Amino acid sequence: MTSQASSRLQSTVAIAAVFVALAAPAAAFCGFYVAKADSKLFNKSSKVVLARDGNTTAITMAADYQGEPKEFAVVIPVPTFIERKQIGVVEMKTIDHLDAFTAPRLVEYRDEDPCAPREMVMRRLGGPLPASTAMLSAAPGGRYAGVTVEASYDVGEYDVSILSAQESDGLVNFLNDNGYKIPAGADAVLGSYIKQKMRFFIAKVNIERMSKLANNYLRPLQVRYETPKFMLPIRLGTVNANGPQDLIILALTRNGRVETSNYRTVKIPSDTNVPLYVKNEFGNFYKAMFDRAVEREDQRAVFVEYAWDMGWCDPCASEPLSNKELVELGARWIASDDDKPYRSFQGANAYVTRLHVRYDAKTFPEDLVLLETRDRGNFQGRYVLRHPWTGRTACEAGAQYRASLRVRFEQEARNLANLTGWSLADIQARMEQTGQSTRLR
Amino acid sequence: MLRSLPVLRSLPPNFWSDARHYQIFALATLLIFNMGWLDFGARPLNSALAIGAALLTQVACTRWFGLPQLDLRSPLITGLSLSLLLRADTAWLHAAAGVIGIASKFIFRIDGKHIWNPAGFAIVVLLFTSNDVWISPGQWGTAVWFAALLGFFAILVLHAARRSDMALFFLGCHAALLLARAAWLGDPLVIPLHQLQSGAILIFAFFMISDPRTSPDSRLGRFIFALSVAALGHYMAFFMQMRPALYVALIVLSPFILLIDKILPAERFAWNRPTLQGASR
Repeated sequence: MTSQASSRLQSTVAIAAVFVALAAPAAAFCGFYVAKADSKLFNKSSKVVLARDGNTTAITMAADYQGEPKEFAVVIPVPTFIERKQIGVVEMKTIDHLDAFTAPRLVEYRDEDPCAPREMVMRRLGGPLPASTAMLSAAPGGRYAGVTVEASYDVGEYDVSILSAQESDGLVNFLNDNGYKIPAGADAVLGSYIKQKMRFFIAKVNIERMSKLANNYLRPLQVRYETPKFMLPIRLGTVNANGPQDLIILALTRNGRVETSNYRTVKIPSDTNVPLYVKNEFGNFYKAMFDRAVEREDQRAVFVEYAWDMGWCDPCASEPLSNKELVELGARWIASDDDKPYRSFQGANAYVTRLHVRYDAKTFPEDLVLLETRDRGNFQGRYVLRHPWTGRTACEAGAQYRASLRVRFEQEARNLANLTGWSLADIQARMEQTGQSTRLR
Repeated sequence: MLRSLPVLRSLPPNFWSDARHYQIFALATLLIFNMGWLDFGARPLNSALAIGAALLTQVACTRWFGLPQLDLRSPLITGLSLSLLLRADTAWLHAAAGVIGIASKFIFRIDGKHIWNPAGFAIVVLLFTSNDVWISPGQWGTAVWFAALLGFFAILVLHAARRSDMALFFLGCHAALLLARAAWLGDPLVIPLHQLQSGAILIFAFFMISDPRTSPDSRLGRFIFALSVAALGHYMAFFMQMRPALYVALIVLSPFILLIDKILPAERFAWNRPTLQGASR
């Protein structure tokens, strides 16, 4: 194995560990996951791909569901009636690919010999960062006035129904009697959606069909519809939530960056030099940095982690997505659906925005209202490692270079402390161990 | 206090009686705050172009239409409002907005009164004719929103500009409609309160709909107009899903001000006629 491949592997392992650590208690989604029995179906973050062109919207929901498939159930408010052809399942790996492609990344530069002409080497380290899914446990309930099952469909491993309702009591009773355990307090939110003339997309797993498919995991569900409403319902998920939850929105649009129009949208701190040891704990670093960013904004902002033309990347955190994958995720306006990597060209542009929000009912009382701007500027969460030159430096420039390193390392330590809130002394001690001394000799 | 400072004493005596000076100060403070501290989307080049274009258009139109006096305060407010509200991917659109807004003031006049608020008109024209502009209403954050609300409100109370009741009428109607909607939906109070916390609504209420030159002359007329704009804006936003709806509602309804003034006549407003309160200070 080459050293490059080995270091890439190391960082991937570090990231995977964070992934597991993040799968802590809590709940929710844009709809909510409810259990058939009182199960411990918890997860703290969810991932949604939203593709939108004009009023045509495709929403794909990735559930990193760990429980028994027969216990899985989801309720999602949708703005219109949904026909069978508007529902599909997507391969998890396609969403994971977009997740990896847009993930905040660590880049690595190596200082050249200060005594020789300069040349820059850059290497990508970043892999997919925490982005998993969500579910919510529920309480028991108990006759259904005004509920109409408008349609029922078989969709892959799921049994899907589209409901309309006149009042929330009837809907709550219906859902509870049919094995969707609705959390206490959800009736007010359901009532609000009913008055806004929204339908309810509900899905459970059909074990028989699932066993025929020979899948041992649940594939993400995708719903496509026409609506002037560009929003993401998050309220149901906050009803019975155990603390704040994370949601990653991967928005694919034709024109430009997506932002929330009813909450502040803030770019995540980026383009900062950090100590070399961050390489082996990039996941921890990013998590601490995100926590601190959330705290700074009083948990009232949505963070942009990536906003870029889909046609290119620099550096690329993974292989570019193919036309086929983008179409699968709902970007049906692009000109082709073949296996070739997507390229932007006139009239078939695709732009991706990765938004990361930590929310609860207190600081995010309202559903997210989204807005597609015309801003096609490029932004990425990017953190930089600079390896010092370790070879011989016999020239005068070499002496100056060596003298400058301590100041540089000190700055890196301060950057890391500012970004993460970690103690400067601890950081300096770790740097000392990894050969980046900030002490005067 | 402030006025006793030597620099400020040299200002003309009626300087303190003109609400526009306070408004310019408040808007400029917000813009500087945006550039230096909390970014809510205004860009230096775009802002400079919006303000520059508004001022130059005022100069050009004042000459062209042979007006006796050049007044740069109103175009400065228009330019600042456009800088704070309008977003565009290409900077020249801000210059276009400045020109469209101020030119509209000179061109579209009936009965000695211009029909549309210049910044509101420019925003609506660009929203409907260009694919490259948008409004980012949610970017101020709670703290700046409260500070701006207090600042604008203080100007209004301290100065008591004769037409400033319009801002309160509008904010009252808008808030009442949001509260009524929340009550109907069974939503908690925190939702309408959150919906009110938009910087765009403040600029709209204090600088656009309440523009004394384009608001009804009588108090009852102003109330009727504020209620109509709030109601139409509400309908457009929640039932037609049109965003941003308030600017469109204002521009659509502004021509009816002429009708309101015919039915409910009152004294016409002019900036350079000092108010009673202003004269007494």
